[in-house]
Amino acid sequence: MSFDSVASFIAMGGHGLYVWSAYGLGLVVLLANLCAPYITRRRFFAIEGERARRGAVDADEVKS
Amino acid sequence: MSSAMNVLKSWWHRLGSPRSFYGIAGRLAPWFLGVGVLGIVVGFAWGLAFAPQDYLQGNSFRIIYVHVPTAILAQSVYMMVGAAGLVLLVWRMKLADMFMVAVVPFGMSMTALALITGAIWGKPTWGTWWVWDARTTSMLVLLFLYFGLMALRQAIPREETAGRACALLAVVGTINIPIIKYSVDWWLTLHQPSTFKLTEAPSMPPEMYLPLLVSVLGFYALFGGLAFMRTANVILERERATQWVQATVRQHVQ
Repeated sequence: MSFDSVASFIAMGGHGLYVWSAYGLGLVVLLANLCAPYITRRRFFAIEGERARRGAVDADEVKS
Repeated sequence: MSSAMNVLKSWWHRLGSPRSFYGIAGRLAPWFLGVGVLGIVVGFAWGLAFAPQDYLQGNSFRIIYVHVPTAILAQSVYMMVGAAGLVLLVWRMKLADMFMVAVVPFGMSMTALALITGAIWGKPTWGTWWVWDARTTSMLVLLFLYFGLMALRQAIPREETAGRACALLAVVGTINIPIIKYSVDWWLTLHQPSTFKLTEAPSMPPEMYLPLLVSVLGFYALFGGLAFMRTANVILERERATQWVQATVRQHVQ
């Protein structure tokens, strides 16, 4: 450990605002990148699944 | 010998086919993402709390563990986009175009983050947020190149034409990468020289550069996982009318 207290860890020798804002922004960008493909995938299957279901219903109606 | 060539050829063919790539990507993505997240968490925590402070810069130097991996990825991803562009132009491989579409947004976000964290690091270190020197300016050009790739894609409605135009821009734009890389050696600048060089030992002690190495490897692994996932998403979107995608959709609905 390179700091002797939580307070000095947060203060970063007076550079806390710079260090923590850089890391905060970094984490936000990384998290957004991590979530985006899961959201896209989910949306694709929701839309296509709905379409497939409706298609199946339409086919049933045509048959009857 | 010829059988080995055949194995290689069929492997290349399989990898180039969107359908089999979709399967491979789905199996590999979780591993890459897991290693990536672990590497970044360990690298960040190690760099923030355990690495010694710099004798000149104090604790602001810790920004290196976000800034350098981000800047490295910004450039590597662009090189990969350029390589994919070349593959698309020469062999017209569909998958290369899908890869380009998939990874450009990630590369752009890394470039923006590198510029912003660089500015935040510059303020306490150089006394200014921004200097128009070779390194920062060429990174800004990289951001515009990524932006251009996204805008060009949007502007051309025909998929094949858009792909070829983007491939050409991507290939031509790779000229910027050696300019970024050597800018700190060729021109006088405030920016410090590279930490990692292929031909020399790092100029830092191990307790400073090991967390950086872990963080860089974590970023690469995370990129690998995201590239697999995003390329798989582009494959689904573009091949939505095919039987195998429709079969996959039915499997998901049930």
